[in-house]
Parts: sequence; C-alpha cells; structure tokens
Amino acid sequence: MIEVNNLHKSFGKLKVLKGITEKIEESEVVCVIGPSGSGKSTFLRCLNLLETPTSGDIWIDGEKVTDPKVDINKIREEVGMVFQRFNLFPHMTALKNIALAPMKVRGLPEKEAYDRSRDLLKKVGLEDKADVYPNSLSGGQQQRVAIARALAMRPKVMLFDEPTSALDPEMVGEVLNVMKDLAKEGMTMIVVTHEMGFAREVGNRVLFMDDGIIVEKGTPQEIFYNAQNERTKSFLSKIL
Amino acid sequence: MSLLASYLQHAIAVFPSLLRGAVITIEVTTFAIFFGLILGTIAAFGKLSKRSVFKIPSSIYVDFIRGTPLFVQILIFYYGIPGLINGLTGEVFRIDPIIAGIAVCSINSGAYNAEIVRAGIKSVDRGQMEAARSLGMTERQSMKEVIMPQAVRLIIPPLGNEFIALLKDSSLLAVISVHELSKNGMLYVSKTFAAFPAYISVAFVYLALTMGISRVLNYIERRLGVSDRSE
Repeated sequence: MIEVNNLHKSFGKLKVLKGITEKIEESEVVCVIGPSGSGKSTFLRCLNLLETPTSGDIWIDGEKVTDPKVDINKIREEVGMVFQRFNLFPHMTALKNIALAPMKVRGLPEKEAYDRSRDLLKKVGLEDKADVYPNSLSGGQQQRVAIARALAMRPKVMLFDEPTSALDPEMVGEVLNVMKDLAKEGMTMIVVTHEMGFAREVGNRVLFMDDGIIVEKGTPQEIFYNAQNERTKSFLSKIL
Repeated sequence: MSLLASYLQHAIAVFPSLLRGAVITIEVTTFAIFFGLILGTIAAFGKLSKRSVFKIPSSIYVDFIRGTPLFVQILIFYYGIPGLINGLTGEVFRIDPIIAGIAVCSINSGAYNAEIVRAGIKSVDRGQMEAARSLGMTERQSMKEVIMPQAVRLIIPPLGNEFIALLKDSSLLAVISVHELSKNGMLYVSKTFAAFPAYISVAFVYLALTMGISRVLNYIERRLGVSDRSE
C-alpha cells in the first residue's frame, strides 16, 4: 500500500529525516512512536506531501508520489489526514466541514454530500451536532468531526498526527474508540501517537523513531516487552 | 449684526456649494474604494506569491506609495506625468482632474489595502490551509472556501479605517482643482473672506460623511460576526 524508500528531509541545514525505508501493507495499523523532534510528524507529513521530501521515493497504492509530474491533489484525495489541533474550518458547521471537500473536489451533488456527511457524523457519534459550529464543540468532538471530514473523501489511507495530544485526558477515549472502529473496518492507518495503550491494543506494528531514522520496529509485543535497542528501551522506560 | 448671526448666514450660504462638493467627494471616494480594493487585493496576493515576477512589482508598488505623501503623488500624476508625455512625444496631454483624482486615490489606497489584505490572509492559522490541501482541494479552492472567508472578518475593521482616511484625504485633490468639498469651501472663502464659518461647515460635512461610512461598516461587521459565530 505504502512504500517509502530512503526518505530524507532537511529544513535548511537541519536534517530531520535521515533515510526512512518502510513498507506498509493494506489494512495495517502502524503506530509511530518516539521522542519529540525525532521526525515522526515530518515523516507523516511527507506521505501526503505537506512537506516536500528532500530526497527519496514514496509510493502510495502504486502511484509514485515523489514523481515531480504527479498531481499532488489526486494523491491527497486518497490520503486522509487528521491533525493534532483538529484544524476544523471555524466558519462552517460540522456538517459543512465534512461535506465541503466531497463537493468541491469529487464534485458530489450537495444532497449526496450532505447525506454522506450525516452518515459519517453518526459513525463518529455526533449526529446531533450537524448544525453546530466547531467552537461550540469540545476538543474530542472536534477531533471526531475532523476524522469524519477526512473519511468523507473515502481515502485509502488515513494519517493521524498525534490526534489526541491536544485533548483533555477525559476526551482521549472517545477519539481512540473512533480510531479503533476504523481499524476494525480494515482502514490502512499510520498513527503518530503517545498513546501506548492504543499502540499496544490496535497497532499491528510499531515503529520507534529517533533522530530521523527508524531505530526499531516490530509488533507491539516485540517493541513494548522485548525491545532490543538501547534507545528504544530508554524511551519506553521513561513513558511506560 | 452680531458675529454669530453673520456666521450663520455664511454657513447657510455656503451650504449648497458644499453639498455639490460632497457629491464629488463621495464620487471620488467610492470609485477609489472600488478600484483601490481591486488593486490592493492583487498586490496582496502578489506580495504573498512565491514567484518573484509577482512579488517584486507588488512590493515596489506598496513601498513607493506608502513611502511618499499623497500630496506629492497627486502632483506627479496630474502635472508630472502629462509633462513627461509632452516632453517625450511633443503632444499636449491633459487629464480630467476628477479622473486623475480617482486614479491617484485608487493607487494610493490600493497600497494600504494591500497590506491590510495581506495581513488578514497571513493571520489565518496555517493549519487551515494544510487541512484544506490535505483533503485534495487545490490552492485556489482552499483560498476561496477556507482562507478568505476567515480573512475577510479580520480585514473589514482596518479596511474601514482606510476608507475613512481615503475620504478625508480626497480633500487634497483641491490642489488640482477638483471641485470637491474642501475646494468649494476655499472658493467661497476667496469670495467672502468668511474663513471660519465656511471651513467649520466643511469640517462638519466631512464629519457627517465619515460617520455615515462608520455606520455602514459597523453594520457589515455585525452581520459577518453573527453569520459565523466562530470567535
């Protein structure tokens, strides 16, 4: 589904990604963990070209994303993204937030787009919030709308960039539950997260990143209970 | 006759010509707001562009206009440029003062508007553009659907100040004998020497006009605030 080959990314002189090579299969849930500044978010943002890779190649569903001739918008239609700070459109209702891209990008008729959006709101448990503006929603509700918004494009892959980091603790669960349901349905997901419980329970694989490389990877069992690398062990000992 | 009575008489006498002048002032200001907004928006996007063909001319335009007095710009446009054309082609070139006035005010206001519009767009959170783009929307769609509606609410209040400044600054067009409000006041004074009542009347007519603009803008601001509910 996703193939990344020797991905490098620098911001000026600062090398953030120093050669990432990874293969992610369809329906896999891959959790990316690591200390802040390790390049996890940058890695994720390279996958839908919110950051332009300095070098290296990325294929998504057979399309070479890093080909200069590629239509970035076409790629992004297939790759949903959920942000740490939700980034809902504040001037639109929850429903319109979800319906906008299907209408503008996919050319869906208004009624169909709104029907689809209502279904998605129901799926994330917010069918009664259709006409509410984001600022009247709690953080957890906003993030669930944001997930619905990304799903409205029917993406093949979903990227989550620390989706629960900006939430009050009591709201983390509702967002993780939506993500769990999504995983059960077979969505291919890459999740940058500090939620080790989620990684253990839902993740098929865990990547531990530090200093711009994938230091260690394996099943949640292998990483959390039997880490081989010293850096992985020291990171886990601090957070578990 | 008491001084007050004579002043009142002058104020009444000057009033019709001030009203005619006010019409010209409103006309010039309205056109200048319209063209100034277009110029300002273009220059704002120019300055925001990554491509230097757009960025550099926009920056030069804004810097030049903001760095020189409107009075001097009026002189350059009305006297300087026709003189230059005359010198180059040998033909006499004249511009209608009102047209020149509208043009200079538009160009001048456009430069200030450019900064206002640019600042408005820049102050919309970066995550908004990223979210829109991540959904597959093009840059243009994202601008139109997501960024601009939010930017407009930030742009309206400073733009209102700019319109009020523009209306007042149009008084400088008196120097190229546009018969706007101030000029008509000056003409009256030159005939009657009644400077105090005439200019006070001029001032009050300006005050009435600027208060009118303020009210319209307040109404628009309120409307926008209510329809979004997104503080």
